[in-house]
Amino acid sequence: MNPVIYGLLFVLLAPIFGGLLVGVDRIVSARMQSRIGPPLLQPFYDLGKLLQKQARQVNPVAEPLLIAHVVFMAATGALLLGGTDLIFVAFIFALAALFLVLAAGSVNSPYSFAGAERELVVLLACEPFFILMMAAICKVTGASTFGDVLASNQWVAPQVPGILLAFLFVATIKLRKSPFDISTSHHPHQELVRGLTSDMSGRLLGYVELAHWYESALLCAFMVLLFNWSIPIGLLAFAIAYALEILVDNSTSRAKWQLVLRSTWVATLVLTGGNVLALFLIGR
Amino acid sequence: MSFFSRSPWILHYDGSSCNGCDIEVLACLTPMYDVERFGVVNTGNPKHADILLVTGSVNERNIEVVQNLYRQMPEPKVVVAVGACACSGGIFARAYNIQGGIDKVIPVDVYVPGCAARPESIIDGVVQGIAALEQKRKKTA
Repeated sequence: MNPVIYGLLFVLLAPIFGGLLVGVDRIVSARMQSRIGPPLLQPFYDLGKLLQKQARQVNPVAEPLLIAHVVFMAATGALLLGGTDLIFVAFIFALAALFLVLAAGSVNSPYSFAGAERELVVLLACEPFFILMMAAICKVTGASTFGDVLASNQWVAPQVPGILLAFLFVATIKLRKSPFDISTSHHPHQELVRGLTSDMSGRLLGYVELAHWYESALLCAFMVLLFNWSIPIGLLAFAIAYALEILVDNSTSRAKWQLVLRSTWVATLVLTGGNVLALFLIGR
Repeated sequence: MSFFSRSPWILHYDGSSCNGCDIEVLACLTPMYDVERFGVVNTGNPKHADILLVTGSVNERNIEVVQNLYRQMPEPKVVVAVGACACSGGIFARAYNIQGGIDKVIPVDVYVPGCAARPESIIDGVVQGIAALEQKRKKTA
């Protein structure tokens, strides 16, 4: 099948996948706290409500920026599955995240602004990882597109154990899980109120949710890249990683941004950097 | 049922409450009552909220705060007054700095009686608030 069709399928199906993932997440989290939790489709009800609710615009520039955030997040997945170069995907992924920072920084609310600054810090913390991860995948398989990596007869995951561990760090940030959810305080009623999204209401907040679902699906696609010999095993690995994230989310308190930056960079430098170095030294 | 009745996000504000009702509001979130079953989220942000839950009466110092929170909430929105003090001022009604119930400063849609209001009646008040929210949405749509 033409890779372009895969790209289009991502744009259409990723929100359903991401929404269901958040639904399962909320139920599992509730069960961990001895509660029953909301229905599985709750994230979709929330999004439906947000799209119908009045949107209070503090700065009119926020809306186009948030739309760009969703479009670029969807485009990142579409380009990845559509067969674009992996390094290019890593860069456009960073660009998509940057639009959210710009939107949150466009208002004067101190919570929103502090959230935007912290989001920049976590972007800084996890971008080197994605670039190194893509470089390692290219090195192991000799391929630089999604389809070619999956078609390669070289198994990626067994050769990159360090990257798999560092992936957990970065996924905690990207999935906005405690202790690394410093920019949003994902559970409401805490420290930064809702950080980045404090000044977004109605459909503006809906765009952020939608982009987050795309982002979750994208992380799943990255996991499949690492387990390139079998898509079901890649999905299973993502499910295990996500279950670990929920456990960590429910059992830790939020870290300070300094700790997030340092620990993620140490993980990136030692685990990922060491892994990439080993690949180049051994595979020479 | 529309999306509004399935996803009511609540902002809780404590006026001059003795904290009796506040504890009962928080009890609604515990495993015993677990209002998240109905999609309720206890948000700390007026811009994300659909229902303003006020406990305690209004005093001279927090009139502006209550009005400000109410103004910041996007339409459609509903106010639920929880407990005797929020409904009428309760036993503090004649105190020198107390204005009275919440309806002295912002329009109230649902009154939940009790001192302190029980979690069951608070949840019932929120459910009635959802019905009011639905009516307001139909009017604006």
